[in-house]
Amino acid sequence: MAILTLLQAVNEGLKTAMRDDSNVLVFGEDVGPKGGVFLATEGLTSEFGEERCFDTPLSEDGIVGAAIGMAMNGLRPVAEIQFQDFIFPAFDQIVSEAAKLRYRSGGQYTAPMVIRTPYGGGIRGGLYHSQSGEAYFCHTPGLKVVTPSTPHDAKGLLIAAIQDPDPVLFLEPKALYRSVKGEVPEGSYTVDLSTTRTVREGDAVTVFCYGAMVPVCEKAAEQAEESGISVEVIDLRTLYPLDEQGVLAAAKKTGRVVTVHEAPRFCGYAAEISAIIAERAIEYMEAPVTRVTGFDTPFPNTLEHHYLPDHRRVLDAIERVHAF
Amino acid sequence: MSDYELRTVLDSSGGAGDHDSGLSDAELMHCYRSMLMVRAFDDTAMKLQRSGRIGFSIPNRGIEATQVGAASALRTTDWIFPSYRDFGMALYHGVSATDMMHNMFGNALDASKGRQMPVHFSFEEPIHFVSISSPIGTHIPQGVGAAHAMKLRGEDSVALISFGDGGTSSLGFHSGLNFAGVWKSPAVFLCQNNGYAISMPTEKQTASDGFAVKGEAYGIPAILVDGNDLLAVRQATAEGVARARAGDGPTLIEAKTFRMGGHSTSDDPSKYVPKELLDEWEEKDPVPRFEAYLASKGLWVEGDRETLYSGCMAEVKEAADLAQATPLPSLETIFSDVYEEVPQHIRSQGEEAYDLLRRKGDAGGGGGEFPL
Repeated sequence: MAILTLLQAVNEGLKTAMRDDSNVLVFGEDVGPKGGVFLATEGLTSEFGEERCFDTPLSEDGIVGAAIGMAMNGLRPVAEIQFQDFIFPAFDQIVSEAAKLRYRSGGQYTAPMVIRTPYGGGIRGGLYHSQSGEAYFCHTPGLKVVTPSTPHDAKGLLIAAIQDPDPVLFLEPKALYRSVKGEVPEGSYTVDLSTTRTVREGDAVTVFCYGAMVPVCEKAAEQAEESGISVEVIDLRTLYPLDEQGVLAAAKKTGRVVTVHEAPRFCGYAAEISAIIAERAIEYMEAPVTRVTGFDTPFPNTLEHHYLPDHRRVLDAIERVHAF
Repeated sequence: MSDYELRTVLDSSGGAGDHDSGLSDAELMHCYRSMLMVRAFDDTAMKLQRSGRIGFSIPNRGIEATQVGAASALRTTDWIFPSYRDFGMALYHGVSATDMMHNMFGNALDASKGRQMPVHFSFEEPIHFVSISSPIGTHIPQGVGAAHAMKLRGEDSVALISFGDGGTSSLGFHSGLNFAGVWKSPAVFLCQNNGYAISMPTEKQTASDGFAVKGEAYGIPAILVDGNDLLAVRQATAEGVARARAGDGPTLIEAKTFRMGGHSTSDDPSKYVPKELLDEWEEKDPVPRFEAYLASKGLWVEGDRETLYSGCMAEVKEAADLAQATPLPSLETIFSDVYEEVPQHIRSQGEEAYDLLRRKGDAGGGGGEFPL
């Protein structure tokens, strides 16, 4: 099996899906001959031609709007939004249109499409190249929200998202694009869009995380292990719809829960995890359900390493809930 | 003054010179009856709303020739991305008053299963009349996307994308026309300049001289046409459609017309539309203008309108009665069609809703076991 970076795995996923289905198109800003600002679409135009991988005008609203029209008329568009921070002009198209089309037409019209976008911090991108907007989109029935943390999952989840009959927002943790490598199978395979992944097993504390926070939590878990705390790490990977049963089972297993994300805390994704556990597993809890998140501030530039949860902050939370 | 000369075919007495509409006598009469159907549907919907049988409607009066004229230039393999004031496009292509009334009543046979407000139609047959959403202009780039799919597959179909003067201020107008210009999409943009966006007159909507001129900046040829002249709208649309089918790209049409009713049944236009303006446009009513043309061809005599209109009213009334007698959607339709498959958390919420019904009684509809 090939050892690929997460970025190469995304590229492989796109190529595989395009080879398997001529209805799959890739487009967005600078995704053509340049191959995208991160090179996720490198080589697509040369392999598949300009009709299947092409640059669009600089308009997120237009990219997503046009993708919806293509999807309702038989194509399988994969639209790239260059940075998740720039997705908001398309918010109306995603939330009011793609996510509601099946419902409002009773299934007459649907939007099977993928919006890929790099999200999160770690590249000194400041306010507008670092945000994690998953909570906005996980509040949107009709939309699926997926984020991989390994090359294997990046390819398998992406192919599954492209084959999915419903619109999928595919959040790529840009901090992991080149920093994570792993084995990636050749050819086509899918990773189910309704399951979590157990990163490591443990029986004292459960840590829920996703995207770029997964390796951070793994490192924290390894350090906790050295001081005798056995930590289970769960990669949520499909954020919406969530595998709630998987989350509840993992929470009940240890009774001590930490949820980690980069996004601000208030109404953040961890709030939903906390609420699900509070409503349905409170009797299993041995310690306060705890969050480690970005601060409730805009995303800073120079001091981003203080903003982003790191293994120290996660370890600190693990130790607190363990000692409670 | 605008560089765009207002195109007309029909003079005020119905004369059309040597214009060839390309329509047979039967097709001309179908156009005429379609306009009367819109009027009958409007009149019926207003009564239904005033008597509390439906919650809302959108008057089309004054715009009928634009709707029907444009629709008449399409084939049923083309796609319509309609605004919410395009009843005539659906009716012209054979969508039944009954199917439209199912939506007005939000019943179990409504395509949307009662999930949308009235007038938010969705039809796949006999023509793609794409599901309408309330946000303005969002459908414009979508229509361009659908048109791009037609082009990539080598079809000669066209997307007709219809919106009002207010829609030209939306984000979607800019992105949609910009993309279509660059992609040379087989799209026809129909801007129905009907004078007002709810209460906003066009002079407060834009500082440009009308809307046709806006095509230039996108590299899109434009036509300014008299929207109360069915044959002129048909001709302009047919020209745009022909360009699109030939692979020559999109066209912008500004149809200058006037909304003779309120924005909706909830609106009182007397608060903002000057009476003189209404009187002026009443003189330009598209229906008598087309009747004069039909008369000149020996297809119409005094009294025909009343006869045909009463037939339309009977058809619409029967549709309304049928729709009213149709059961409401069952409770599970809240939970279906969010995704192709019902996810576990939505299933659980559905089960909770049914469980509450069993324990606390029916809140008005539904009952039984959650079936999904």
